[in-house]
Amino acid sequence: MADSVLSEIAPDPADLAVSLRGVTKLYDRGVMALGPLDIDVRRGEFVSLLGPSGCGKSTALRLIAGLNAPTSGTVHVANRTSETWAGRCIGFVFQEPTLMPWASVRDNVRLPLKLAGAPAVEANARIDEALAQVGLAEFADAFPRELSGGMKMRVSLARALVTNPDILLMDEPFAALDEITRFRLNNDLLALWRNLRKTVIFVTHSVFESVYLSQRVIVMTSRPGRIAAEFRIDAPEPRAEDFRTSVEYAGYCRTVSNALTPSYQGQSA
Amino acid sequence: MTSSLPTPPPSVAGQAEPDRRTDHGILRLVRILLPVVVLAVGIAAWSLVVRINNIPPYVLPGPQAVFETLVKDWPVLSLSLLTTLRTTLEGFVAAGVGGIALALLFNQSKWLEYSLFPYAVILQVTPVIAVAPLLLIYLPQQTAVIVCAWIVGFFPVLSNTTLGLNSVDRNLAGLFQLYGASRMQTLRYLKLPAALPFILGGLRIAGGLSLIGAVVAEIAAGSAGAGSGLAFRIAESGYRLNIPRMFAALLLLSAAGIVIYGLLALVSHLILRRWHESALRKEN
Repeated sequence: MADSVLSEIAPDPADLAVSLRGVTKLYDRGVMALGPLDIDVRRGEFVSLLGPSGCGKSTALRLIAGLNAPTSGTVHVANRTSETWAGRCIGFVFQEPTLMPWASVRDNVRLPLKLAGAPAVEANARIDEALAQVGLAEFADAFPRELSGGMKMRVSLARALVTNPDILLMDEPFAALDEITRFRLNNDLLALWRNLRKTVIFVTHSVFESVYLSQRVIVMTSRPGRIAAEFRIDAPEPRAEDFRTSVEYAGYCRTVSNALTPSYQGQSA
Repeated sequence: MTSSLPTPPPSVAGQAEPDRRTDHGILRLVRILLPVVVLAVGIAAWSLVVRINNIPPYVLPGPQAVFETLVKDWPVLSLSLLTTLRTTLEGFVAAGVGGIALALLFNQSKWLEYSLFPYAVILQVTPVIAVAPLLLIYLPQQTAVIVCAWIVGFFPVLSNTTLGLNSVDRNLAGLFQLYGASRMQTLRYLKLPAALPFILGGLRIAGGLSLIGAVVAEIAAGSAGAGSGLAFRIAESGYRLNIPRMFAALLLLSAAGIVIYGLLALVSHLILRRWHESALRKEN
């Protein structure tokens, strides 16, 4: 089933935002963490990597970001199409908000522009825009410790958006949040994605979150991390709370859950 | 009637609040008052013991005699105080700059750290009182005194700064890497701010230690017959059996130490108060 979905896509290489070919990653101890992995993500697509903890989905994301190098295989990330600062076509949102506690919200969001040497006037405009996109315009001068967990995550998202990247990589960004906050951020993220049409690769261990957000869910096995199955979620846009309670949604969740189960059973714990 | 919910005593919330606040206020007052009371009792006991036993001032002067000496000898003592403070300040600045600079160097080059760090430790663990006489032979006296203050003070700055530079959030470091930050940018925008609370902690220790270093060197130099700092006054007064002046000078040294610590704590608080846990008021 998974294969039929893949062949159906048959993407034009020019249309790909991210392409992984035979990618493997060995840990220092010689333990195979990942792969071999083949993933293609089209421009503007919202893809989730779903799998149990330690299945290497975060590692895959770090490889795409260029934070780590693969042991073998190639990682290809498409060149930017839009004007972005100094070619930073990737925005990364970590599991933790990863904010600098000594800097205000504004200065945290400013960081990528400052590192790229963007002129101050343009930087300020972009920061205001990014903060407005995540609904934090009024909190520009607050310090991270003054914000709730959800708001910190929004700052982190604004910082990823401020360079206007083509690709947004998100590493379990909402995992530490309470459910109500997570649902709100899910909806806001979908709205952002509909408006900005960025390529999003979203790592999560929540079946429900992956189905709700994605156009495509890639289920991974653990040790080593491989693709177990792929599902296209053809739910109508725009998705909102009524989709979360629909029969269709429950059906998708059941299918994806079933695909995930074997990868759990492989684990001893 | 009986089925209605038990109404909470209306005054509970209203009473508890001010009560707790006054409790808090009393606690603060007690925390300030208690040491003052202890001091007063101690001074009174000291005065009584001296008076009842008729102890001569060259054995143990009473608090009044010490205070009188402090006033009477103020022209001499204040000059000595200034000298010691200047030495301390110079030693402190040298320790701060030296400690931070060394830590930055070590952070940039592991080779340098592996080569030099053991010697920094050796310098720290060798008692400065034993090193001071040697320094006084090879260096001009004023320089030797500052070097002593530096030796004692730089290590806490070095080790704390190193600790701070190494405790940068791993994901933040990844973020800087992702956005192609240069080494200088990473140092300036990430490592130094992250290390700041640690550096300030190190400086706070170094402030007090610089005073100790200065005093040790002055005492060592004082026996060589030169110098005019407070420690020198103590040594000199000891030879002359001018015990009240010894006490007066000691009192000034203590006061100087307290002021140095207080100032550094204040500076640290002012710098960190907006973001660091240590400077935030405890909530709940």
